[in-house]
Amino acid sequence: MEALLDTIAPILAATLRVATPLILAALAGLFAERSGVVDVGLEGKMLAGAFAAAATATVTGSVWYGLGAAIGAASLLALLHAFACVTLRGNQVVSGMAINVLAAGLTATLALAWFRQGGQTPALPADARFPALPLPGAEWIAEIPLLGRLLVTVIGGHTAPVYIAFALVPVAAFLLWRTRFGLRLRACGENPAAVDSAGISVAKLRYAGVLIAGVLCGMAGATISTAQGAAFSTDMTAGRGFIALAALIVAKWRPWPVLWTCLAFGLLDALAIRLQGVPVFGVTVPVQAMQAVPYVLTVVLLAGFVGRAIPPRAAGVPYVKER
Amino acid sequence: MSLRPLPRWADLVLLPVLNLVLALLVSAIVVVAAGQSPAAALQALLVGSFGSWDSVGFTLFYATDMAFAGLAVAIAFKCGLFNIGAEGQAALGGLGLALVMLWLDASLPAGIVVPLAILAGAGFGAAWGAVPGWLQARRGSHVVITTIMFNFIAASLMVYLLVNVLIEPGNMAPETRRFAVGLSPLSDFGFPGRSPVNLALPLALVAALAVWVLVWRTPWGYGLRVVGSNPDAADYAGIDQGRRIVAAMAISGALAAGIAVNQILGSQDKLILNFTGGAGFTGIAVALMGRNHPVGVLLAALLFGALAQGGAELAFEMPELPRETVLVVQGLVILFTGALGGLLRAPLARLFAARA
Repeated sequence: MEALLDTIAPILAATLRVATPLILAALAGLFAERSGVVDVGLEGKMLAGAFAAAATATVTGSVWYGLGAAIGAASLLALLHAFACVTLRGNQVVSGMAINVLAAGLTATLALAWFRQGGQTPALPADARFPALPLPGAEWIAEIPLLGRLLVTVIGGHTAPVYIAFALVPVAAFLLWRTRFGLRLRACGENPAAVDSAGISVAKLRYAGVLIAGVLCGMAGATISTAQGAAFSTDMTAGRGFIALAALIVAKWRPWPVLWTCLAFGLLDALAIRLQGVPVFGVTVPVQAMQAVPYVLTVVLLAGFVGRAIPPRAAGVPYVKER
Repeated sequence: MSLRPLPRWADLVLLPVLNLVLALLVSAIVVVAAGQSPAAALQALLVGSFGSWDSVGFTLFYATDMAFAGLAVAIAFKCGLFNIGAEGQAALGGLGLALVMLWLDASLPAGIVVPLAILAGAGFGAAWGAVPGWLQARRGSHVVITTIMFNFIAASLMVYLLVNVLIEPGNMAPETRRFAVGLSPLSDFGFPGRSPVNLALPLALVAALAVWVLVWRTPWGYGLRVVGSNPDAADYAGIDQGRRIVAAMAISGALAAGIAVNQILGSQDKLILNFTGGAGFTGIAVALMGRNHPVGVLLAALLFGALAQGGAELAFEMPELPRETVLVVQGLVILFTGALGGLLRAPLARLFAARA
């Protein structure tokens, strides 16, 4: 029993770590798409955030300045997205893809030009990264029979972004479903004409949704380069923005299911690394098959073969005020 | 906001050129931010892409990729679909043609096996495009999200197959054995210089012509455009939207497989990982810039082919700028011609209205 727990605990701890940027990015997508703006540019905004965080932490030596810069960089791209989608009523998918390509080019160019290390930022010293935080009362919790040590290993010793991400899930749920702002934001994604006829600006609310997405993507990017990693490297987000998009869809655009889905995807990822070439019940599952699960699941759910994921009704449609 | 539409020449020539200039100007700011001279970078880009027969050949080689990708995105656009999956469709196309080559290249003459392989590649690409099309037409899932997911599924599948199944025994790198035959390079027909530009280039030109005839000169293509521009009218006219959508995505996927023909049959002579080099995504920029018309797509393909080749030379000439610098130009072109299209259009329309 003890041995089993000792095998499981690190996997579960890794799950929480891997899930953190996914949760932040998926919540980002939640705010944007609930306001009626499709966001396939999560990846690019995360990448910009990852670079800004690592670059700023390198120069200033402060991880918190890094986080601020990440939020700033990602928010700038979000502002661009909002300007294209809301003000100019451009194609939202095109804008998102443009931001992905642009961010890939910008971060690689500036990383090489500013730091001259082949597209990487210098390795951050320990005090310029997010440190692992000790769990308060860990020694007492560890005393609990059987589960004590498991709990300490799984939920203790993570970096600040991990706890922030998990705390943001109830915040997002409250904001979107229990406040006037949230009601109006969601209404923009379902029936913007109704919001407009109540005398409330659809454009402002959509800007708000997209900008909140920018802030969250920045945090996700900073997590990747300054909490999980210790430097920026070219294309380091490696498609996590799209996994977050998949999680958002599988979660049917709801905050708590976003958490569970991201945890499930995180667990898959953590397992895929550990089960490489290890037979389970006599079968060796290819790593690639496990990596493909989130994408396959998204396709299946969107197609309504098992349950059905229905996007916000007005998502992707620019709102034209009646005259 | 009922401005008169722009004159045709302004819409087709002036606007894309202005958008390109704008993209280059913003890129110049990025180059300055990187501490480099934009003039020197532009010169390296131009010399690198057109300075010698070798570089012209490489530019045309990359332009072939871009032409196939742009045509793929454009024909889907014409049917009102945004195909982000050219990358995955090209990968599957590579798988299809590699399977035929590995199976038959020793037993059949090149004149038979190469066309067969191209057909198989097109078929695999078409299938990988048709499934998202079918899911949109019959199950209501949006083709954008489905094709994004299909790209990743394709990538996982290709890694699995190349690492575990198709790898040449004894080879450390995940690639198949060399094929016995392939598409001839154009240098065999007197094209000067040393470059991998090959028979896939004329094939791309034929594909562009075929797309033009199909979409603009046949009743079927008319129906396709009706579905794309006014679905209600299509319903009223009794056009089966679902069938057009599935067909458009299948053709789109088959065209995307042209990237594999150019890269795998024309240059590599073996199946490798990530041979598309992002061309599938560049196809979005090509189609937007080319206004989804075959002629425009070919011109834009030449531009982006030159950027791809020039970018590689740029990284060589100016080691402080990586190859990815051209992605900045590319992203900005997508932004200005696609999402921020209204930025220049409205002032330009006002300008023309004032003059008229």
